[in-house]
Amino acid sequence: MDLILIFFSAAIVNNFVLSYFLGICPFIGVSNKISSAFSMGLAATFVMVITSIVTWLIYHIILVPFELEFLQYVSFILIIASLVQFVEMFIKKVSQPLYRALGIFLPLITTNCAIMGLALFIVLKEYTFVQGIVYGLGAGAGFTLAITIMAGIREELDLADIPKPFRGAPITLIVAGILALAFMGFSGLISG
Amino acid sequence: MDTTFLIAIATMGGLGFLFAGGLALADRKLRVEENPLIGKINDVLPGANCGGCGKAGCYDFAVNVVEGTSKINGCPVGGEDTVNAIAELLGVEAGSAIKMLPRILCKGGHIEAAKKMTDYYGPMSCTAMHLVGGGDKKCSYGCLGGGDCVVACPFDAMIMTENGLPEVIEDLCTGCGICEKACPRDIIEMHPENRSVFVLCKSHDDPKTAKEVCSVACSGCGICARKSEGAIVMDNFLPIINHEQVDASIIPFDKCKTGAIVNIHAKPEPVVEEVTEIEEKAE
Repeated sequence: MDLILIFFSAAIVNNFVLSYFLGICPFIGVSNKISSAFSMGLAATFVMVITSIVTWLIYHIILVPFELEFLQYVSFILIIASLVQFVEMFIKKVSQPLYRALGIFLPLITTNCAIMGLALFIVLKEYTFVQGIVYGLGAGAGFTLAITIMAGIREELDLADIPKPFRGAPITLIVAGILALAFMGFSGLISG
Repeated sequence: MDTTFLIAIATMGGLGFLFAGGLALADRKLRVEENPLIGKINDVLPGANCGGCGKAGCYDFAVNVVEGTSKINGCPVGGEDTVNAIAELLGVEAGSAIKMLPRILCKGGHIEAAKKMTDYYGPMSCTAMHLVGGGDKKCSYGCLGGGDCVVACPFDAMIMTENGLPEVIEDLCTGCGICEKACPRDIIEMHPENRSVFVLCKSHDDPKTAKEVCSVACSGCGICARKSEGAIVMDNFLPIINHEQVDASIIPFDKCKTGAIVNIHAKPEPVVEEVTEIEEKAE
């Protein structure tokens, strides 16, 4: 029950993109087409889960025993960056189709604040190992949901008769704002 | 204090060393052999990663070229030199590169198009004119003559003629298509340079209005559509050319009373004078 709550809290109520406003860059940048947006969401979910596993381990096995909690920012950056590099190489070697689907998006996610935010939230909320993984999964699912909805709207927007000054980025930002307002309706349903 | 400091350095150094070593090892173990051509083609590309080719950067374009999914002339920035360099690397002919040129689909300059009762005073920008009542020409489809395309052109390949119509200097044009986007009335369209049949008018006005507002407007009579065996269809008083099918030899250019449909590669004929004569007789 606890884990289910954590999942839906991260995915919908406290959606990383639309409630915390983390990871706006890929949210706007890669939401042109549903197919690529969905791939981006999958890649982000993948990285988020792996990040939550490794950062939890490093934090609790190395940083806490040595009382080095203040190094969490620096070490998390190091961990995430090198981990994604490694995962990218690994996927490229093992599965070319998967690399094509995720590969180009992986480096984009590496330096994303959503991933960093996830690692820091897990520490902040004092989650256990399993809770951390579920939280990462939920955050990834929420990111995928948000970016896919956005891509769906933007595909329709291409056909709409938008006043010329609003075409492109302006209307996208307005849509993102309205979408965030809609997700505000969930706020308070689950605390945490 | 001192020990914390040392432990912090040791931990971070250790972590960094571990990850660096891991990545170095992974790079050796997991390296994927790539086609060396990709790197060579990437080197001759401009390297601007502008996305003008529609791919996710120059490297992605190079990969697509090697795999044959992108055409070697797909890079709009590099131009002919890049195409030739890639062609040399791949050992194929570069000759298939057809240049795109902007075509200005309006002939109604200050002389031909009728003016409104009121004059336009304001910024000489088509976008501004288009927003506030559409400039000072009666035609609500034609070129406004504000020169947004001339300003937008990064290659100085467009000039505004005295008659208030832009002209393309084809030698300077790189076919980037920026002017097409700058035009608020969508009068400029990009076409392969060997396309020759165009309707140089965008007016959807009915024949009576069209004749009133501009002496060279397409009146929408539809004779070109009837004589073209389906290559031209009428859409609300404006002929739409199917450029894949159209054959210049069957289009009845002489039947077009206003001279709106033309073969731009044919030698110029004194069509305009004839038109004015006919109109004078009619009046």
